Amino acid sequence: MRYVDEFRDADRARALASRIARLAEPGREYKFMEVCGGHTHTIYKHGLEDYLPENITLVHGPGCPVCVIPMGRVDDAIHIARQPGVLMTSFGDMMRVPGGNGSFFDSNARDTNIRMVYSPLDALAIARDRPELRVVFMAIGFETTAPSTAMTLLRAKAEGLRNFFVFANHVTIIPAIKAILDSPDLRLDGFLGPGHVSTVIGCRPYEFIARDYGKPVVVAGFEPLDILQSIYLLMLQLSQGRCAVENQYGRVVPWDGNPIALRAITQTMRLRPYFEWRGLGFITSSALRLREEFAAFDAEQVFELPGLRVADPKSCQCGEVLKGVLKPWECKVFGTACTPETPIGTCMVSPEGACAAYYNFGRFSRQRVREASRA
Amino acid sequence: MCLGIPGELVDTVDEQPDLAVVMVSGVRRKINVALLSDQDLRLGDWVLVHVGFALSKISEDEARAVLSFLSSLGTPYDDELNALRESNIG
Ligand code: SF4
Repeated sequence: MRYVDEFRDADRARALASRIARLAEPGREYKFMEVCGGHTHTIYKHGLEDYLPENITLVHGPGCPVCVIPMGRVDDAIHIARQPGVLMTSFGDMMRVPGGNGSFFDSNARDTNIRMVYSPLDALAIARDRPELRVVFMAIGFETTAPSTAMTLLRAKAEGLRNFFVFANHVTIIPAIKAILDSPDLRLDGFLGPGHVSTVIGCRPYEFIARDYGKPVVVAGFEPLDILQSIYLLMLQLSQGRCAVENQYGRVVPWDGNPIALRAITQTMRLRPYFEWRGLGFITSSALRLREEFAAFDAEQVFELPGLRVADPKSCQCGEVLKGVLKPWECKVFGTACTPETPIGTCMVSPEGACAAYYNFGRFSRQRVREASRA
Repeated sequence: MCLGIPGELVDTVDEQPDLAVVMVSGVRRKINVALLSDQDLRLGDWVLVHVGFALSKISEDEARAVLSFLSSLGTPYDDELNALRESNIG
Protein backbone atom coordinates (compact mmCIF):
# COMPACT_ATOMS: atom_id res chain seq x y z
CA MET A 1 0.00 0.00 0.00
CA ARG A 2 1.48 3.21 -1.15
CA TYR A 3 0.06 5.56 1.49
CA VAL A 4 0.92 3.60 4.56
CA ASP A 5 3.85 5.66 5.78
CA GLU A 6 2.46 9.02 4.77
CA PHE A 7 1.00 9.73 8.18
CA ARG A 8 2.30 9.16 11.65
CA ASP A 9 0.06 6.49 13.01
CA ALA A 10 0.12 4.13 10.09
CA ASP A 11 0.30 1.13 12.41
CA ARG A 12 -2.80 2.17 14.27
CA ALA A 13 -4.48 2.86 10.96
CA ARG A 14 -3.73 -0.66 9.79
CA ALA A 15 -5.01 -2.08 13.05
CA LEU A 16 -8.26 -0.12 12.67
CA ALA A 17 -8.49 -1.19 9.05
CA SER A 18 -8.39 -4.83 9.99
CA ARG A 19 -11.01 -4.36 12.70
CA ILE A 20 -13.23 -2.66 10.12
CA ALA A 21 -12.64 -5.49 7.67
CA ARG A 22 -13.62 -8.07 10.28
CA LEU A 23 -16.98 -6.35 10.78
CA ALA A 24 -17.76 -6.22 7.06
CA GLU A 25 -20.14 -9.04 6.12
CA PRO A 26 -19.13 -10.59 2.83
CA GLY A 27 -21.65 -9.91 0.10
CA ARG A 28 -23.11 -6.86 1.81
CA GLU A 29 -22.40 -3.41 0.37
CA TYR A 30 -21.81 -0.51 2.76
CA LYS A 31 -22.07 3.12 1.70
CA PHE A 32 -21.20 5.91 4.10
CA MET A 33 -21.44 9.59 3.28
CA GLU A 34 -18.89 12.02 4.67
CA VAL A 35 -20.88 15.21 4.79
CA CYS A 36 -18.00 17.62 5.20
CA GLY A 37 -15.52 18.69 2.52
CA GLY A 38 -12.71 18.68 5.08
CA HIS A 39 -13.22 14.94 5.45
CA THR A 40 -13.22 14.49 1.68
CA HIS A 41 -9.88 16.25 1.56
CA THR A 42 -8.33 13.96 4.19
CA ILE A 43 -9.78 10.84 2.58
CA TYR A 44 -8.22 11.57 -0.79
CA LYS A 45 -5.01 13.02 0.51
CA HIS A 46 -4.26 9.95 2.58
CA GLY A 47 -5.84 7.43 0.27
CA LEU A 48 -8.04 6.19 3.10
CA GLU A 49 -10.30 4.25 0.73
CA ASP A 50 -7.34 1.95 0.13
CA TYR A 51 -7.55 0.88 3.78
CA LEU A 52 -11.13 -0.25 3.48
CA PRO A 53 -12.47 -3.55 2.22
CA GLU A 54 -13.95 -3.33 -1.25
CA ASN A 55 -17.54 -3.53 -0.09
CA ILE A 56 -17.25 -0.26 1.90
CA THR A 57 -17.61 2.86 -0.22
CA LEU A 58 -17.28 6.44 0.92
CA VAL A 59 -19.63 8.86 -0.76
CA HIS A 60 -18.82 12.55 -0.77
CA GLY A 61 -21.49 14.87 0.48
CA PRO A 62 -22.55 18.49 0.01
CA GLY A 63 -20.56 20.00 2.88
CA CYS A 64 -18.33 22.35 0.94
CA PRO A 65 -19.84 25.81 1.36
CA VAL A 66 -18.36 27.46 -1.70
CA CYS A 67 -19.36 24.46 -3.81
CA VAL A 68 -23.05 25.02 -3.17
CA ILE A 69 -23.27 28.77 -3.92
CA PRO A 70 -25.39 29.08 -7.06
CA MET A 71 -24.19 31.12 -10.04
CA GLY A 72 -26.91 33.72 -9.61
CA ARG A 73 -25.62 34.68 -6.16
CA VAL A 74 -22.10 35.20 -7.52
CA ASP A 75 -23.60 37.46 -10.19
CA ASP A 76 -25.61 39.37 -7.57
CA ALA A 77 -22.47 39.93 -5.51
CA ILE A 78 -20.62 41.26 -8.54
CA HIS A 79 -23.59 43.53 -9.26
CA ILE A 80 -23.32 44.97 -5.74
CA ALA A 81 -19.56 45.37 -6.12
CA ARG A 82 -20.16 47.54 -9.21
CA GLN A 83 -22.29 50.12 -7.38
CA PRO A 84 -20.66 53.50 -6.76
CA GLY A 85 -18.71 53.80 -3.52
CA VAL A 86 -19.01 50.08 -2.72
CA LEU A 87 -16.17 47.91 -1.48
CA MET A 88 -17.13 44.24 -1.64
CA THR A 89 -15.18 41.91 0.65
CA SER A 90 -15.04 38.12 0.63
CA PHE A 91 -13.22 35.09 1.98
CA GLY A 92 -10.42 34.02 -0.35
CA ASP A 93 -12.12 30.66 -1.06
CA MET A 94 -14.95 32.45 -2.81
CA MET A 95 -12.81 34.39 -5.28
CA ARG A 96 -12.59 31.72 -7.98
CA VAL A 97 -16.14 30.43 -7.83
CA PRO A 98 -17.63 30.86 -11.29
CA GLY A 99 -20.82 32.85 -11.78
CA GLY A 100 -22.78 33.30 -15.00
CA ASN A 101 -20.30 35.92 -16.05
CA GLY A 102 -17.08 34.71 -14.46
CA SER A 103 -15.74 34.72 -10.92
CA PHE A 104 -14.81 37.56 -8.56
CA PHE A 105 -11.28 37.38 -9.91
CA ASP A 106 -12.56 37.69 -13.50
CA SER A 107 -14.73 40.59 -12.41
CA ASN A 108 -11.78 42.33 -10.77
CA ALA A 109 -9.84 41.99 -14.01
CA ARG A 110 -12.67 43.96 -15.65
CA ASP A 111 -13.94 46.69 -13.37
CA THR A 112 -14.39 45.76 -9.69
CA ASN A 113 -12.16 45.65 -6.63
CA ILE A 114 -13.53 42.75 -4.59
CA ARG A 115 -11.16 42.40 -1.68
CA MET A 116 -10.21 39.26 0.22
CA VAL A 117 -10.52 39.37 3.99
CA TYR A 118 -9.75 36.78 6.64
CA SER A 119 -12.71 37.57 8.88
CA PRO A 120 -15.96 39.54 8.70
CA LEU A 121 -14.39 41.59 11.50
CA ASP A 122 -11.77 42.73 9.00
CA ALA A 123 -14.55 43.98 6.74
CA LEU A 124 -16.05 45.75 9.74
CA ALA A 125 -12.69 47.36 10.54
CA ILE A 126 -12.45 48.68 6.98
CA ALA A 127 -15.97 50.16 7.27
CA ARG A 128 -14.97 51.87 10.50
CA ASP A 129 -11.81 53.36 8.97
CA ARG A 130 -13.36 54.36 5.64
CA PRO A 131 -16.73 56.02 6.35
CA GLU A 132 -16.88 57.26 2.76
CA LEU A 133 -17.15 53.64 1.50
CA ARG A 134 -20.08 51.27 1.68
CA VAL A 135 -18.41 48.04 2.76
CA VAL A 136 -20.25 44.82 1.94
CA PHE A 137 -19.27 41.41 3.30
CA MET A 138 -20.09 38.35 1.17
CA ALA A 139 -21.13 35.97 3.95
CA ILE A 140 -20.89 32.29 3.07
CA GLY A 141 -20.58 29.03 4.94
CA PHE A 142 -22.43 26.57 7.11
CA GLU A 143 -22.93 26.95 10.85
CA THR A 144 -19.16 27.11 11.26
CA THR A 145 -18.96 30.63 9.88
CA ALA A 146 -22.51 31.89 10.53
CA PRO A 147 -21.68 32.81 14.16
CA SER A 148 -18.83 35.04 12.99
CA THR A 149 -21.19 36.92 10.68
CA ALA A 150 -23.76 37.13 13.48
CA MET A 151 -21.29 38.47 16.04
CA THR A 152 -19.99 40.99 13.51
CA LEU A 153 -23.54 42.22 12.85
CA LEU A 154 -24.21 42.60 16.57
CA ARG A 155 -21.02 44.59 16.87
CA ALA A 156 -21.84 46.79 13.86
CA LYS A 157 -25.23 47.56 15.35
CA ALA A 158 -23.78 48.33 18.78
CA GLU A 159 -21.30 50.71 17.19
CA GLY A 160 -24.03 52.35 15.11
CA LEU A 161 -22.13 51.84 11.86
CA ARG A 162 -24.11 52.94 8.81
CA ASN A 163 -21.76 51.84 6.04
CA PHE A 164 -21.42 48.11 6.74
CA PHE A 165 -23.59 45.54 4.99
CA VAL A 166 -23.86 41.76 4.82
CA PHE A 167 -24.81 39.80 1.71
CA ALA A 168 -26.02 36.68 3.48
CA ASN A 169 -25.50 33.32 1.79
CA HIS A 170 -25.26 31.13 4.87
CA VAL A 171 -26.62 27.63 4.48
CA THR A 172 -27.60 25.08 7.10
CA ILE A 173 -26.45 21.50 6.99
CA ILE A 174 -29.45 19.59 8.31
CA PRO A 175 -31.89 20.33 5.43
CA ALA A 176 -29.20 19.31 2.93
CA ILE A 177 -28.72 15.98 4.68
CA LYS A 178 -32.47 15.52 4.76
CA ALA A 179 -32.74 16.28 1.04
CA ILE A 180 -30.14 13.60 0.38
CA LEU A 181 -31.92 11.11 2.61
CA ASP A 182 -35.17 11.79 0.78
CA SER A 183 -33.63 11.54 -2.67
CA PRO A 184 -34.34 8.23 -4.39
CA ASP A 185 -30.97 8.21 -6.19
CA LEU A 186 -28.90 7.02 -3.31
CA ARG A 187 -29.01 4.38 -0.66
CA LEU A 188 -26.74 5.16 2.28
CA ASP A 189 -25.88 3.11 5.36
CA GLY A 190 -24.64 5.88 7.61
CA PHE A 191 -23.00 9.26 7.93
CA LEU A 192 -19.74 10.73 9.08
CA GLY A 193 -21.01 13.91 10.72
CA PRO A 194 -19.18 17.18 10.08
CA GLY A 195 -16.65 18.12 12.76
CA HIS A 196 -16.59 21.90 12.84
CA VAL A 197 -20.26 22.49 12.07
CA SER A 198 -21.04 20.29 15.06
CA THR A 199 -18.83 22.44 17.28
CA VAL A 200 -21.60 25.00 16.83
CA ILE A 201 -24.81 22.96 16.48
CA GLY A 202 -23.76 20.02 18.66
CA CYS A 203 -24.82 16.41 18.02
CA ARG A 204 -28.55 16.50 18.80
CA PRO A 205 -29.69 17.89 15.43
CA TYR A 206 -28.58 14.61 13.80
CA GLU A 207 -30.83 12.49 16.01
CA PHE A 208 -33.62 12.45 13.41
CA ILE A 209 -31.30 10.55 11.06
CA ALA A 210 -31.08 7.67 13.50
CA ARG A 211 -34.66 7.96 14.72
CA ASP A 212 -36.60 8.59 11.50
CA TYR A 213 -34.30 7.07 8.88
CA GLY A 214 -32.68 4.31 10.90
CA LYS A 215 -29.12 5.25 9.96
CA PRO A 216 -26.16 5.69 12.29
CA VAL A 217 -24.21 8.96 12.49
CA VAL A 218 -20.72 9.43 13.90
CA VAL A 219 -19.45 12.99 14.24
CA ALA A 220 -15.84 12.72 13.11
CA GLY A 221 -12.56 14.60 13.45
CA PHE A 222 -10.34 15.48 10.52
CA GLU A 223 -7.23 13.37 10.92
CA PRO A 224 -6.89 10.09 9.03
CA LEU A 225 -7.21 8.08 12.24
CA ASP A 226 -10.33 10.02 13.25
CA ILE A 227 -11.99 9.07 10.01
CA LEU A 228 -11.00 5.41 10.17
CA GLN A 229 -12.12 5.22 13.76
CA SER A 230 -15.45 6.80 12.89
CA ILE A 231 -15.97 4.29 10.09
CA TYR A 232 -15.19 1.56 12.61
CA LEU A 233 -17.83 3.00 14.97
CA LEU A 234 -20.39 3.07 12.15
CA MET A 235 -19.60 -0.54 11.26
CA LEU A 236 -19.82 -1.53 14.90
CA GLN A 237 -23.29 -0.02 15.20
CA LEU A 238 -24.46 -1.78 12.04
CA SER A 239 -23.02 -5.10 13.15
CA GLN A 240 -24.82 -4.79 16.48
CA GLY A 241 -28.03 -3.73 14.77
CA ARG A 242 -27.97 -0.34 16.49
CA CYS A 243 -28.32 3.12 15.07
CA ALA A 244 -27.52 6.18 17.12
CA VAL A 245 -25.62 9.44 17.01
CA GLU A 246 -22.12 9.10 18.41
CA ASN A 247 -19.39 11.67 18.86
CA GLN A 248 -15.91 10.53 17.90
CA TYR A 249 -14.61 14.13 18.03
CA GLY A 250 -15.51 14.84 21.65
CA ARG A 251 -12.14 16.47 22.25
CA VAL A 252 -13.42 19.42 20.20
CA VAL A 253 -17.19 18.99 19.75
CA PRO A 254 -19.42 19.43 22.83
CA TRP A 255 -22.61 17.36 22.67
CA ASP A 256 -24.72 20.51 22.91
CA GLY A 257 -22.60 22.67 20.63
CA ASN A 258 -21.79 26.29 21.39
CA PRO A 259 -24.87 27.97 22.92
CA ILE A 260 -23.48 31.50 22.59
CA ALA A 261 -22.87 30.98 18.87
CA LEU A 262 -26.36 29.56 18.37
CA ARG A 263 -27.92 32.48 20.22
CA ALA A 264 -25.99 35.01 18.09
CA ILE A 265 -27.23 33.34 14.91
CA THR A 266 -30.86 33.40 16.12
CA GLN A 267 -30.59 37.02 17.20
CA THR A 268 -29.44 38.22 13.80
CA MET A 269 -30.72 35.73 11.20
CA ARG A 270 -33.78 33.69 10.37
CA LEU A 271 -34.48 30.82 7.98
CA ARG A 272 -35.36 31.61 4.40
CA PRO A 273 -38.40 29.73 3.07
CA TYR A 274 -36.10 28.19 0.44
CA PHE A 275 -32.69 28.67 -1.13
CA GLU A 276 -31.03 27.42 -4.26
CA TRP A 277 -28.05 25.14 -3.78
CA ARG A 278 -25.79 24.73 -6.74
CA GLY A 279 -26.39 21.33 -8.21
CA LEU A 280 -29.03 20.37 -5.66
CA GLY A 281 -31.69 22.88 -6.65
CA PHE A 282 -34.08 24.59 -4.24
CA ILE A 283 -34.14 23.22 -0.69
CA THR A 284 -36.80 24.30 1.80
CA SER A 285 -35.69 26.20 4.94
CA SER A 286 -32.05 25.58 4.15
CA ALA A 287 -30.43 29.00 4.38
CA LEU A 288 -30.32 32.10 6.54
CA ARG A 289 -31.12 35.73 5.88
CA LEU A 290 -30.90 38.77 8.14
CA ARG A 291 -33.76 39.53 10.51
CA GLU A 292 -35.89 42.63 10.06
CA GLU A 293 -34.10 44.32 12.97
CA PHE A 294 -30.96 44.19 10.84
CA ALA A 295 -32.56 45.40 7.61
CA ALA A 296 -30.28 48.44 7.52
CA PHE A 297 -27.30 46.08 7.28
CA ASP A 298 -28.90 43.73 4.76
CA ALA A 299 -27.33 44.07 1.31
CA GLU A 300 -30.34 42.27 -0.17
CA GLN A 301 -32.62 45.06 0.99
CA VAL A 302 -30.29 48.01 0.54
CA PHE A 303 -29.13 47.23 -2.99
CA GLU A 304 -31.40 46.33 -5.87
CA LEU A 305 -30.38 42.85 -6.91
CA PRO A 306 -30.96 41.28 -10.29
CA GLY A 307 -31.61 37.99 -8.44
CA LEU A 308 -31.56 36.02 -11.66
CA ARG A 309 -31.39 32.30 -11.55
CA VAL A 310 -28.57 31.13 -13.81
CA ALA A 311 -28.57 27.53 -14.96
CA ASP A 312 -25.37 25.59 -14.40
CA PRO A 313 -23.31 24.86 -17.52
CA LYS A 314 -24.65 21.82 -19.36
CA SER A 315 -21.39 19.93 -19.06
CA CYS A 316 -21.34 20.40 -15.28
CA GLN A 317 -22.30 17.43 -13.13
CA CYS A 318 -21.55 18.98 -9.74
CA GLY A 319 -25.07 18.26 -8.55
CA GLU A 320 -24.55 14.53 -8.95
CA VAL A 321 -21.15 14.81 -7.29
CA LEU A 322 -22.54 16.86 -4.38
CA LYS A 323 -25.27 14.29 -3.83
CA GLY A 324 -22.73 11.51 -4.00
CA VAL A 325 -24.41 9.91 -7.02
CA LEU A 326 -21.32 10.34 -9.21
CA LYS A 327 -17.69 10.04 -8.25
CA PRO A 328 -15.67 13.08 -9.39
CA TRP A 329 -13.84 11.22 -12.14
CA GLU A 330 -17.11 10.05 -13.61
CA CYS A 331 -17.99 13.61 -14.67
CA LYS A 332 -17.41 13.93 -18.39
CA VAL A 333 -15.30 17.09 -18.14
CA PHE A 334 -13.27 16.06 -15.07
CA GLY A 335 -9.57 16.73 -15.55
CA THR A 336 -10.02 17.74 -19.18
CA ALA A 337 -12.15 20.87 -19.58
CA CYS A 338 -12.57 21.20 -15.81
CA THR A 339 -9.39 21.54 -13.71
CA PRO A 340 -8.53 23.64 -10.64
CA GLU A 341 -7.00 26.24 -13.00
CA THR A 342 -10.08 26.39 -15.23
CA PRO A 343 -12.97 25.21 -13.07
CA ILE A 344 -16.31 24.72 -14.80
CA GLY A 345 -18.05 23.58 -11.65
CA THR A 346 -17.56 24.67 -8.06
CA CYS A 347 -16.44 21.26 -6.77
CA MET A 348 -13.18 21.93 -8.58
CA VAL A 349 -12.63 25.34 -6.96
CA SER A 350 -12.24 24.83 -3.25
CA PRO A 351 -9.59 22.44 -1.89
CA GLU A 352 -12.49 20.90 0.03
CA GLY A 353 -14.47 20.26 -3.14
CA ALA A 354 -14.57 16.58 -4.03
CA CYS A 355 -13.34 17.16 -7.59
CA ALA A 356 -10.39 19.33 -6.55
CA ALA A 357 -9.43 16.95 -3.76
CA TYR A 358 -9.61 14.05 -6.16
CA TYR A 359 -7.74 15.91 -8.89
CA ASN A 360 -4.93 16.84 -6.51
CA PHE A 361 -4.50 13.58 -4.69
CA GLY A 362 -6.56 10.87 -6.26
CA ARG A 363 -4.79 10.11 -9.46
CA PHE A 364 -2.93 7.08 -8.24
CA SER A 365 -6.10 5.53 -6.99
CA ARG A 366 -7.81 6.37 -10.23
CA GLN A 367 -5.06 4.63 -12.10
CA ARG A 368 -5.69 1.63 -9.93
CA VAL A 369 -9.39 1.80 -10.60
CA ARG A 370 -8.64 1.79 -14.32
CA GLU A 371 -6.25 -1.08 -13.98
CA ALA A 372 -8.74 -2.97 -11.90
CA SER A 373 -11.51 -2.43 -14.40
CA ARG A 374 -9.28 -3.63 -17.21
CA ALA A 375 -8.19 -6.73 -15.34
CA MET B 1 -12.19 29.36 5.65
CA CYS B 2 -13.33 25.92 6.80
CA LEU B 3 -10.12 25.17 8.65
CA GLY B 4 -10.05 25.58 12.39
CA ILE B 5 -6.56 26.63 13.36
CA PRO B 6 -5.21 26.29 16.91
CA GLY B 7 -4.00 29.42 18.64
CA GLU B 8 -2.50 29.93 22.06
CA LEU B 9 -3.88 32.82 24.08
CA VAL B 10 -0.89 35.04 24.81
CA ASP B 11 -2.37 38.39 25.78
CA THR B 12 -5.52 40.31 26.56
CA VAL B 13 -6.63 43.49 24.80
CA ASP B 14 -7.14 46.59 26.93
CA GLU B 15 -10.76 47.61 27.38
CA GLN B 16 -11.95 45.02 24.85
CA PRO B 17 -12.87 41.89 26.78
CA ASP B 18 -14.25 40.31 23.57
CA LEU B 19 -10.79 40.28 22.03
CA ALA B 20 -7.58 38.43 22.85
CA VAL B 21 -4.18 38.02 21.25
CA VAL B 22 -3.29 34.56 20.00
CA MET B 23 -0.16 33.04 18.59
CA VAL B 24 -0.78 30.77 15.60
CA SER B 25 2.24 29.12 14.01
CA GLY B 26 4.37 32.17 14.84
CA VAL B 27 1.71 34.64 13.70
CA ARG B 28 0.51 36.96 16.47
CA ARG B 29 -2.97 38.35 15.86
CA LYS B 30 -6.04 39.64 17.64
CA ILE B 31 -9.08 37.41 17.56
CA ASN B 32 -12.56 37.53 19.06
CA VAL B 33 -13.19 35.23 22.03
CA ALA B 34 -16.77 36.24 22.87
CA LEU B 35 -18.19 32.87 21.73
CA LEU B 36 -16.26 31.26 24.59
CA SER B 37 -17.16 33.83 27.21
CA ASP B 38 -18.74 31.07 29.33
CA GLN B 39 -15.47 29.11 29.45
CA ASP B 40 -13.19 30.99 31.85
CA LEU B 41 -10.34 31.33 29.34
CA ARG B 42 -6.84 32.00 30.66
CA LEU B 43 -3.56 32.95 29.09
CA GLY B 44 -1.82 29.81 27.92
CA ASP B 45 -5.11 28.14 26.93
CA TRP B 46 -5.51 26.85 23.38
CA VAL B 47 -8.50 27.56 21.17
CA LEU B 48 -9.57 26.60 17.65
CA VAL B 49 -9.91 29.74 15.57
CA HIS B 50 -12.34 30.05 12.66
CA VAL B 51 -12.32 33.23 10.56
CA GLY B 52 -11.22 35.39 13.47
CA PHE B 53 -13.36 33.79 16.19
CA ALA B 54 -12.37 31.25 18.82
CA LEU B 55 -15.03 28.56 18.48
CA SER B 56 -13.87 25.91 20.92
CA LYS B 57 -11.35 25.44 23.68
CA ILE B 58 -8.99 22.51 23.18
CA SER B 59 -6.17 20.84 25.08
CA GLU B 60 -2.56 21.57 24.29
CA ASP B 61 -2.07 18.00 23.06
CA GLU B 62 -5.00 18.37 20.69
CA ALA B 63 -3.61 21.72 19.50
CA ARG B 64 -0.26 20.12 18.63
CA ALA B 65 -1.94 17.24 16.83
CA VAL B 66 -4.10 19.64 14.82
CA LEU B 67 -1.09 21.80 13.96
CA SER B 68 0.89 18.91 12.61
CA PHE B 69 -2.14 17.71 10.66
CA LEU B 70 -2.71 21.19 9.21
CA SER B 71 0.95 21.51 8.20
CA SER B 72 0.56 18.27 6.26
CA LEU B 73 -2.22 19.87 4.22
CA GLY B 74 0.18 22.29 2.53
CA THR B 75 -1.45 25.01 0.45
CA PRO B 76 -4.85 25.28 2.14
CA TYR B 77 -3.15 25.87 5.50
CA ASP B 78 -0.60 28.30 4.02
CA ASP B 79 -3.44 30.26 2.42
CA GLU B 80 -5.30 30.43 5.72
CA LEU B 81 -2.18 31.60 7.59
CA ASN B 82 -1.46 34.22 4.95
CA ALA B 83 -5.01 35.49 5.23
CA LEU B 84 -4.64 35.61 9.01
CA ARG B 85 -1.40 37.56 8.62
CA GLU B 86 -3.32 40.25 6.70
CA SER B 87 -6.01 40.35 9.34
CA ASN B 88 -6.33 43.43 11.51
CA ILE B 89 -9.49 43.30 13.56
CA GLY B 90 -10.11 45.93 16.18
S1 SF4 C 1 -15.39 17.90 -12.88
FE1 SF4 C 1 -15.97 20.07 -12.79
S2 SF4 C 1 -18.00 20.19 -13.76
FE2 SF4 C 1 -17.60 18.01 -13.32
S3 SF4 C 1 -18.57 17.70 -11.32
FE3 SF4 C 1 -16.43 18.22 -10.91
S4 SF4 C 1 -16.41 20.44 -10.65
FE4 SF4 C 1 -18.39 19.91 -11.57
